[in-house]
Amino acid sequence: MTTIVGVVTFPGSLDDRDAVRAVARAGATPVRLWHADSDLHGVDAVILPGGFSYGDYLRCGAIARFAPVMETIADAARGGLPVLGICNGFQILCEAHLLPGALTRNDHLLFRNRDQRLRIRSTGSAWTNEFTVGQEIVIPVKNGEGRYVADAHTLDQLEAEDRIVARYAGDNPNGSMRDIAAIRNAAGNVVGIMPHPEHAIDELTGPSQDGLRFITSLFKHLAGVRLEGVAA
Amino acid sequence: MALVVVDVMLKPEILDPQGQAVANALPRLGVSEVTSVRIGKRIEIEFSGEPDLEQARQIADKLLANPVIEDFTVRVSP
Repeated sequence: MTTIVGVVTFPGSLDDRDAVRAVARAGATPVRLWHADSDLHGVDAVILPGGFSYGDYLRCGAIARFAPVMETIADAARGGLPVLGICNGFQILCEAHLLPGALTRNDHLLFRNRDQRLRIRSTGSAWTNEFTVGQEIVIPVKNGEGRYVADAHTLDQLEAEDRIVARYAGDNPNGSMRDIAAIRNAAGNVVGIMPHPEHAIDELTGPSQDGLRFITSLFKHLAGVRLEGVAA
Repeated sequence: MALVVVDVMLKPEILDPQGQAVANALPRLGVSEVTSVRIGKRIEIEFSGEPDLEQARQIADKLLANPVIEDFTVRVSP
């Protein structure tokens, strides 16, 4: 049974094509979803790609949150649908309150674009179960507003509940609090990540193939969900 | 004309690197008395009839400001 992964295109999305390519390269079937269409077309999971949805007007992700497709995705995510938000997708997930905190202007005000070392901190998510805790990976980071912020209570809670999925290793590219690069919700089906796994699937064009494991993790997660369904 | 003005500011504890960059540029203008600059947004909402402050507040809370990082005030413009 092939896994079908929806990739949403908002006006201003940039990395939807690379996300589609990454999904196909990992062995799943990509389906393109349109921001104005509230139907998810039977997908098993959704990727919210990077870019500048709605021109980043007002705040990054603030307007995308109210797109018809996002209302369906938010409901489905609360019901367990795996959702991966990359860069602008992470910002949208925070704006939609599917993840806590917010992403703000890089502390040095520069747009940062480079290959970035990350350390995986939580493998308890639908998108990172194929990694090991402490594993170092290298994927591109490219953002102007990637500085993760939340109040101290929220940050402590994320740490206590194993919900920090990855931290920046080495130099923090944007001043993100506690070096946070990726977080997950309590259930583990929703992950937001600032760097770009979809750009690291091919040695020819990326720094590694580490990005593919996010999608193969999804296969393992969905296989587990299906087993649970059979047992129940 | 029924105009409602919404001011959105980053919460005091949230770093404002844009404001800092402006503050750091002020000495070049010969200004040395300024200790802090913070940058926010002013949004003007026009209603067709009477200005509806409560509705403006809802718009601000749901869309114009992100309560995680920002505070806002709502007022009818004279």
